[in-house]
Amino acid sequence: MTALAARARLAEERHPLWLLGGAAIGWFAVYEALLPFWNDLLYGAFGVPHGPRWADALHFFCYDATKILLLLVGIIFAVRILRSFLSIERTRALLGGRREGLGNVAAAALGVATPFCSCSAVPAFIGFVAAGVPLGVTLSFLIASPMVNEIAVVLLYGLFGFRIAALYIGSGLLIAIVAGAVLGRMRLERYVEPFVLQAAAGAGGPGAAEIAPTWSERIELGREEVRAILGRIWPYLVAGIALGAAIHGWVPTDFFARYAGPDNPFAVPFAVVLGVPLYSNAAGVLPLVEALHAKGLAMGTLLAFMMSVVALSLPETILLRRVLRPQLLAAFVAVVAGGILATGFLFNAVL
Amino acid sequence: MSTVKVLGSGCANCRRLTDLAEQALAELGRPEHVEKVTDDGEIAAYGVMTTPALVVDEQVLMAGRIPGLASLREALAERLAQPASS
Repeated sequence: MTALAARARLAEERHPLWLLGGAAIGWFAVYEALLPFWNDLLYGAFGVPHGPRWADALHFFCYDATKILLLLVGIIFAVRILRSFLSIERTRALLGGRREGLGNVAAAALGVATPFCSCSAVPAFIGFVAAGVPLGVTLSFLIASPMVNEIAVVLLYGLFGFRIAALYIGSGLLIAIVAGAVLGRMRLERYVEPFVLQAAAGAGGPGAAEIAPTWSERIELGREEVRAILGRIWPYLVAGIALGAAIHGWVPTDFFARYAGPDNPFAVPFAVVLGVPLYSNAAGVLPLVEALHAKGLAMGTLLAFMMSVVALSLPETILLRRVLRPQLLAAFVAVVAGGILATGFLFNAVL
Repeated sequence: MSTVKVLGSGCANCRRLTDLAEQALAELGRPEHVEKVTDDGEIAAYGVMTTPALVVDEQVLMAGRIPGLASLREALAERLAQPASS
């Protein structure tokens, strides 16, 4: 066994790209086989009848749980490898001295591409201030990074298809750019906590060594990320899928269409407010969103809900309070919430 | 003795890295214990922008990641001061 493991390790060090290619092919094969597998197993081998509510719910749970797990493992791994070509230090160097405007666009794009967790919002904010990145540009980065995250985008793609995922990316980037530009124009620098400037003056230090990782180190980073993220989110994921399965089985088909359809003006604001305390991670919310959509909840309302969950989370707001005074924090939340509301209403009207 | 610090403001990831580092030190038979640094200003002074970060003898060893136990042990063994010189 150990000899086998050692050989696998050697193969990884010598031919990391071949290994990655093989893993990708295996992944696609398993992904394609999932639906027929569960159909055969549940309806065939176990003789589960078609039609009853519990059978629908069971099928939804089994298929969605395995599909989402597989998507997450593949995506988190692949995205982390892609992101290993960039670092927050590089991003900061790219944004330092940029002007508002084009700087906001660059910050939003880099917010998507940089390996970054919102739990690091405070040290990143200080680091950006130290490098002279304008406030509005920094905020564009901090909005785009959680909003257009790989988990949200790929799960949207897997569950709703290309068009919805693209709409989500486009509107998420637009909100980050516009919100950052608006907040930058408001000249709110005096509402940054004073200690940030002192800390920024004392910042510097060498930071982590900037050595380009080798391919086997990139694979190791990808593995670490999968372990860390799945370890953190799996309870939410299971809860979300179970709740989704229950909705799938027991809620009447046109329930939401009747009570929260596109022409109900309160549906979008309600969804946004509901999303704020629900910081679970996109992975826990999406199975729920999928089930709600199947029961007639409008797409714009759903997108607004998703965005609110990932971009207006209570824990992140509490973190940002450490560097932003209440006035600036309130303006930040208001502008982002405004952007999300507008997105929700727009897509309810258009889709 | 070397000094080993974990920088981070108490999020789940920081606790995880602290536990891992303690475990790695114990497995290496080292006497050091992990010091936690939670002050934002102090963290910034290390030039770190992603937490959790691991600092050995005031040098940033890694930032913004949670390594596996084996690679953490390897990295620590390489960086820690030799017992004779402590």
